[in-house]
Amino acid sequence: MASAVLSPALSLRNVVALSGRFPLLAGIDLEVSVGETLLVEGPNGAGKTSLLRVCAGLVPVSSGEVRVLGVDPTRPRTRTGLRRKVGLLAHASHLYDDLNVRENIRFAVRAAGADVGRIDGACARLGLTGRLLRTPASKLSAGQRRRVALAVLVARAPELWLLDEPHAGLDASARTLLAELIAEASAGGATVVIASHEPELMAGLAGRSVTVTGGRVTAERRLGVPDPVASAAVAADAGDVGGAGDPDDLAVRFGTPVALVSADESVTHVA
Amino acid sequence: MWRDALLVAGKDLRIEARSKVAIGQVAPFAVMALFLFAFALGPDRGPMSEGAPGLFWVAVLFTTVLAIQRSVSVESADEARDGLRVSGLDPAGVFLGKTVSIAAQLLVLEAILVGGIVVLYGARVHSIGLVLGACALGTVGLAASGTLYGALSAGIRVRETLLPFLFLPLVAPILLSGTKVFQAAMAGGTPSQAAPWLRLLLAFDVIYVALGVIIYGPIQESS
Repeated sequence: MASAVLSPALSLRNVVALSGRFPLLAGIDLEVSVGETLLVEGPNGAGKTSLLRVCAGLVPVSSGEVRVLGVDPTRPRTRTGLRRKVGLLAHASHLYDDLNVRENIRFAVRAAGADVGRIDGACARLGLTGRLLRTPASKLSAGQRRRVALAVLVARAPELWLLDEPHAGLDASARTLLAELIAEASAGGATVVIASHEPELMAGLAGRSVTVTGGRVTAERRLGVPDPVASAAVAADAGDVGGAGDPDDLAVRFGTPVALVSADESVTHVA
Repeated sequence: MWRDALLVAGKDLRIEARSKVAIGQVAPFAVMALFLFAFALGPDRGPMSEGAPGLFWVAVLFTTVLAIQRSVSVESADEARDGLRVSGLDPAGVFLGKTVSIAAQLLVLEAILVGGIVVLYGARVHSIGLVLGACALGTVGLAASGTLYGALSAGIRVRETLLPFLFLPLVAPILLSGTKVFQAAMAGGTPSQAAPWLRLLLAFDVIYVALGVIIYGPIQESS
């Protein structure tokens, strides 16, 4: 019982994920406590989205160990149950163009086995009311699609929120609302992981930030109060090439040629 | 699993009811195929009536490919397939739901095509039961195998051309069995004469429904 209480919401140990020959994650280590709100920063192609997709069980892991809410997301037997507890706000909204707003939300909420009674409240919260509820998803703007995807998350109330660039496409009022929703989810005990290019928007929400570069965590800090000791330790562990470690070592570990993406996004193939 | 299957089938059928792709595009295509076969065979109704069973099932196969491609494309837009994966739905339920949805659409299209061969080819159906049996069993097999192969091709960029290439040879037993049962139905044959072919259709159904329930999940995760 005590171990269950103390187990982290997210635990990644030396996780490697590949897309073909390209390392998406190159030995990432990360732990997120239950109820914590974590900000994941990093340049384009650093591995932020891949990190969230691995946590959602969408990207298979080549090596290393992943535990999400105490469960291995790669195991088919436990994956379905786990996914009902995890909410992913991805770049795409996962909406069906021929269904209207309400039908899309209802389908997603029922699919997750959540309480459909929460749909009305979630829609009202996100400003999805009146005729908008009956509007086909194909007629929605990018920002409105984002609101619908957020309404799904609010109605589902998952234990783990994975938010990938959640501010994209949202206007000022929606960004304020998003901050409120994250704060409420966190206050309710949910764990929130946010990948964002705009850390200033997360001020006061996330207690900790990690920087991902080259598929590894290269820095870590308490938000507002950078932790130089932790950052230095993690950066030193990450190695020299964009934080992705020694290319020869990676090639040996994967048993395949690998390509590394450097900070300027140029790609180097390594045999 | 069954709850998830009903949910997915309801969603897909609602999408179809809104978009009307099956009725507005696939059904006209199927009827047009019957017309073209008739043009190719000439004005004499003899060869047309004789070839009606085979032509019917060839038209059904073509429309099945379109229905499967539509089912796959619905999940491709806005990365809805990822949404299905992270939703927590049982993959076996997703497979069964999509199979039911495609089967429902195919049954409607087959009803139109049966009317087509009667009107255009002068085919006479002596045993409605055999026609219904062949359509029901053939439809389940086509929908199940089509859903499976649709998922296999979902992550491939050239799926529009690859799917028919993979799928059509696979369903040759349905074409053969369905044609034989229809020939019996139109020649006034007895159910016992068509029984071996109906059993083949049933075996195909059992194999592909079971296979889909078991392996749809891994396919969905890898596509």
